[in-house]
Amino acid sequence: MLHDDDTRLLFACKAITITLKTADGCFIYFTSIGTARTETEYIQRAEGEMKNLTTAHQPFEIRDCALAALATGKRAQNLKELRNILQTVETGSIYYHFWGGLLRPRFDDPEYNNDFSSWVRHSLHDKELAERLGMVSPIEYPDLDKLRHEIVEIIDEKLDMVDFYPWCGPDHQFHFITSYIVVFNTHKVIRKPEELVDAVSTMTPSSVYYHFIDSRRRTFGNIDDFRAWLFGFNNEYIDLCDLLSTVDPFFSTLTELRQQLAKLLKDYFEECDR
Amino acid sequence: MTTMLEQYSDIVGCEVIDQLHQLVKPLKNISVAHVNSTRQGGGVAEILHKLVPLKRELGIDTEWYIIKGNPDFFKCTKSFHNALQGNMVEIPRSMLETYEKTNAENSEKLKSVLEETDIVFIHDPQPAPLLHFLPKRKGKWIWRCHIDANRPFRPVWKYLRNFTKDYDASIFSLADFAQELPHRQYLIPPSIDPLSEKNIDLEPREVEAIISEIGIDTGRPIMLQVSRYDTFKDPVGVINAYRLTKKFVPTLQLILAGGDASDDPESKTVLDEVHMAANNDIDIHILLLPANAHRVINALQRTADIILQKSIREGFGLTVTEAMWKGKPVIGGDTGGIRIQVVNHHTGFLVKSPEGAALRARYLLFHRDKLREMGEKARSFVKDNFLITRHLREYLTLMVSMLYGSGDRIELE
Repeated sequence: MLHDDDTRLLFACKAITITLKTADGCFIYFTSIGTARTETEYIQRAEGEMKNLTTAHQPFEIRDCALAALATGKRAQNLKELRNILQTVETGSIYYHFWGGLLRPRFDDPEYNNDFSSWVRHSLHDKELAERLGMVSPIEYPDLDKLRHEIVEIIDEKLDMVDFYPWCGPDHQFHFITSYIVVFNTHKVIRKPEELVDAVSTMTPSSVYYHFIDSRRRTFGNIDDFRAWLFGFNNEYIDLCDLLSTVDPFFSTLTELRQQLAKLLKDYFEECDR
Repeated sequence: MTTMLEQYSDIVGCEVIDQLHQLVKPLKNISVAHVNSTRQGGGVAEILHKLVPLKRELGIDTEWYIIKGNPDFFKCTKSFHNALQGNMVEIPRSMLETYEKTNAENSEKLKSVLEETDIVFIHDPQPAPLLHFLPKRKGKWIWRCHIDANRPFRPVWKYLRNFTKDYDASIFSLADFAQELPHRQYLIPPSIDPLSEKNIDLEPREVEAIISEIGIDTGRPIMLQVSRYDTFKDPVGVINAYRLTKKFVPTLQLILAGGDASDDPESKTVLDEVHMAANNDIDIHILLLPANAHRVINALQRTADIILQKSIREGFGLTVTEAMWKGKPVIGGDTGGIRIQVVNHHTGFLVKSPEGAALRARYLLFHRDKLREMGEKARSFVKDNFLITRHLREYLTLMVSMLYGSGDRIELE
């Protein structure tokens, strides 16, 4: 818990980056913490970040996971149906349709980075709505219900403007899928941040998913596990955290993401050695 | 001696095998059973031939049981299959009685083992009523539907639903096939075994010998479809596509290679139709292969220039995966499980008609470089997504979730 008397909140810069100054004078950065619109919300989020810090200086345990998809049995054939099901479908399904694409094979760069926008584009042929939905970034929302609300709002705006609901053939319906995750401990641990270089470069894609994508569902502020751990070293790795926060996971496969992270970490620590 | 898992690690990497060992830890002391209706022929039997020994190698006590039935029973279950794929099939009451009676008899024989098993997988509609006849079961029962049930003939589904709704979970290959059922519906696509005789690398000399024995001229282009003789596989449509292509590629040959699944009573009728459509064309080779002709199929897939899977409905289409694993793009029907394997213009082409198939065949025969490039992509796509190690991982994940968790997150230590 943060108290006014021992911690001061300083809004450092930009919409998604804040700096905390603690009682002993340390500055701690928090990046990518979402779309808090008020100071109170920022403070609440910062408190959550402090929870992440409880892992400070503890070893980083490398975990792996297996994801399995489940059919919800719910399907939409037009925009109105999509909207209605979105309102009630379990949050796991919202999560799957935003992030599940990373686990599916693909050859092209995804034109739209969530399944809703892709379906609206390719099955309902509404490019404008697809573009709007495609710009919704799940990491900007503190929880999946708020993300759901945003998508429903965008669709409602569209529905208000049309006289009939665009629809697709039965072979192209939107099938709502959800997923569950089984997490297991690989019993590999790292104690020093520089060990991340080798650890990340040899991680399985599903381990990358767990620590870089799934973490956004577990950590306060929706950040990756690497940053959550590095924040625990006071402000020693702030620059590295900033670099990690710039990695956009939406436009690459998990294997590419692993390569990108490994290179970023390698370059950073090589630079430190010079 | 090298274990099966060690051999797979050479193909998929040791981290994939490590994951399997991690996942199996909480499952060491459980018993598992698979039940289906045939040990030979068809994709289900083929998958079980590998999944069962692999589970055993991982330390899970796994058994595989086959239910037995008379021709009337299989006629009924074939009608179920057709109805689930959308055909309007009226099934007489007497046939349904045979179906239920056969399951009751089989349940008596299997009672002592199935009632005590921790996790029971029932494959397809044939043994689905077993659950109904074994009310004292102790374990979790899962119905695995391998069929494209996207738009089933409703009266038949309504009847089958009575037997499937009481399962603890079901598995479908695609979300499109899932139905309204009061339990969890897992989505697990099937897979192929890269080390099986059907998929393992063959010496060129062996391939040559097999092909010349069949009487195929390897100096001329070859179009191939490997499938059971089943109307949903559209073998007559394949002959039409071949004829349309041959107008532009006169040296083209066609091979239709099919087996005979013991639970499919209609294959003889379809085979007769195929012979009639072929009309004694000496360049059309219609092969009726025994269930163990795996190396022959392997050699055919490696030799063919163009591989078709022109199904009208398809649960998954293991022959598509097999061909792609051999570095061949596939021209496939735009339906069911083919859609998740054939990524249009990347690993092959999706078509809706013989004309479409012929057009794509001509394109690939003309652009040999493109054919090779797409073939390489296809192989890599299968490696990442449709090998048995992925399939096994998803089965283990499912079992862990059935036994240890009900939420959307299960943490194992």
